[in-house]
Amino acid sequence: MNKWNDNKAWFMVIPVFLVVAVSAILPLMTVVNYSLQDIFSPTQRIFVGTEWYRDALTDPRLQEAFGRQMLFSGLVLLIEIPLGILIALMMPKKGWGASLSLVLVALPLLIPWNVIGTIWIIFTRPDIGLFGAAINHLGLVFDHTASPLDAWITVMLMEVWHWTPLVVLLAYAGLQAIPEAYFHAAKIDGASSWATFRYIQLPKLRGVLTIAILLRFMDSFLIYAEPFVLTGGGPGNATTFLSIYLVKIAVGQFDLGPAAAFSIIYFLIILLISWLFYQVLLKAGTGEKS
Amino acid sequence: MIMQKRTLGLIFYFILLLLPIYWMLNMSLRTNADIMRVFTFYPQNLTLENYIKIFSDPTWYSGYLNSIYYVSMNVVISLVTALPAAYAFSRYNFLGDKHLFFWLLTNRMAPPAVFLLPFFQLYSTFGLIDTHFAVALSHCLFNVPLAVWVLEGFMSGVPREIDEMAYIDGYSFPRFFLTIFMPLIRTGIGVTAFFCFMFSWVELLLARTLTTTEAKPIAAIMTRTVSATGLDWGLLAAAGILTIVPGALVIWFVRNHLAKGFAMGRV
Repeated sequence: MNKWNDNKAWFMVIPVFLVVAVSAILPLMTVVNYSLQDIFSPTQRIFVGTEWYRDALTDPRLQEAFGRQMLFSGLVLLIEIPLGILIALMMPKKGWGASLSLVLVALPLLIPWNVIGTIWIIFTRPDIGLFGAAINHLGLVFDHTASPLDAWITVMLMEVWHWTPLVVLLAYAGLQAIPEAYFHAAKIDGASSWATFRYIQLPKLRGVLTIAILLRFMDSFLIYAEPFVLTGGGPGNATTFLSIYLVKIAVGQFDLGPAAAFSIIYFLIILLISWLFYQVLLKAGTGEKS
Repeated sequence: MIMQKRTLGLIFYFILLLLPIYWMLNMSLRTNADIMRVFTFYPQNLTLENYIKIFSDPTWYSGYLNSIYYVSMNVVISLVTALPAAYAFSRYNFLGDKHLFFWLLTNRMAPPAVFLLPFFQLYSTFGLIDTHFAVALSHCLFNVPLAVWVLEGFMSGVPREIDEMAYIDGYSFPRFFLTIFMPLIRTGIGVTAFFCFMFSWVELLLARTLTTTEAKPIAAIMTRTVSATGLDWGLLAAAGILTIVPGALVIWFVRNHLAKGFAMGRV
């Protein structure tokens, strides 16, 4: 889209810049500072350069956690984005049905994350939880505290249950923003519902889907509370995602240095992958916009 | 036929979605001993004990009030600062615009565990610890970028000709923005307001780090259900059910903006 060139637009951006920068810049600099030092006490610290970074990058358990994290976030995107669009397409566009759907769909998002993990502990227990009991009733052996596969299935189910609504709400709002005239035109042309989706709705959803994909990627990559409460990272290390491993390091040691270096690497990985996503999604749109 | 399949699919999804929440409601209406002892589809010895405890204990219900207070503050700050910024990003080229836009989002990418300590130090330097404002301001770190990104997406969907025509008609920028432009993107404003509310409402780590007693959020108070004798599941479930209520009200109020969508205004 062609835009006006005017550096005075900065005045509209300054409030946002200030409000964010006040919380962003100093803590980041402090963590970078920690990551380069061996800290015995507030007054006793030694500069160690890149030692913590080298330790972190060669740590096999960190590499395993990274692999698990990539798999987890990949699955999250593959499941939640299509499912979210599908549900948004099924929701009524107006009337009481639309209001009810909106309220229902938002419910899982509103529960604090530590509570979600706790509720799912009971929900999946074979003796007193609905889900666990139902699975056992089907004759399947299911125990997320013993089997790594079951633990993964449970964490994925919880994640999809919890976060698909975010994609639904964004996609639904994006669909609502498409002018009715487009649909009339499609109807007159006799377009099938697939063609309407592919050539009218999907291109118009590009903006909200870019945000949905980036948000789901970032937040699932940083996921901590729900799987930690539910599985504690186990059985074994099967669901020890990056942030769970990070907290193990940060709490387990008195020294902030290695955990700070880990945090910076972690941050840079998310930054790099998000940037790649963003570039791809920006380009994906340009061909379809015309 | 297609309509029916859609409705059935939607109902199926909502049933799955509501099952864990129903189970939480079921737990909240039973005593802890009862929850741990028997499996039951509905509470047989129904009790409101858990809810009465929350509503009669000021340390419990003040948690809700604190959360509502700082979350509202955060939503207002986020929307008021993000609206003009998103307009600038969607309409103007200016020095560093693309870098600044992506930088905003990078603030959602830091793993919180290690960042909490410098946050605490920073806010204590300003003497803001244990104030609602501190939590509201710190939540801007992840909510303002989100608001700018979502709003920019919706604003870019509005043709620039609308702005040009309004300026030719002699509208001033504030009048154009408030009376023509904002109604056009109210779907986006509705969804942004809800997301800011939601992310601030469920955020636990920052809110807990920056508060001690006066502004302690509900999510932190809930961790008190863990005691030496184990977890009080019933009480936690009741508190969980009550945390859903304010957000459900928020989405109820913005639902019309979400559902009615894009009307082409005066054009």
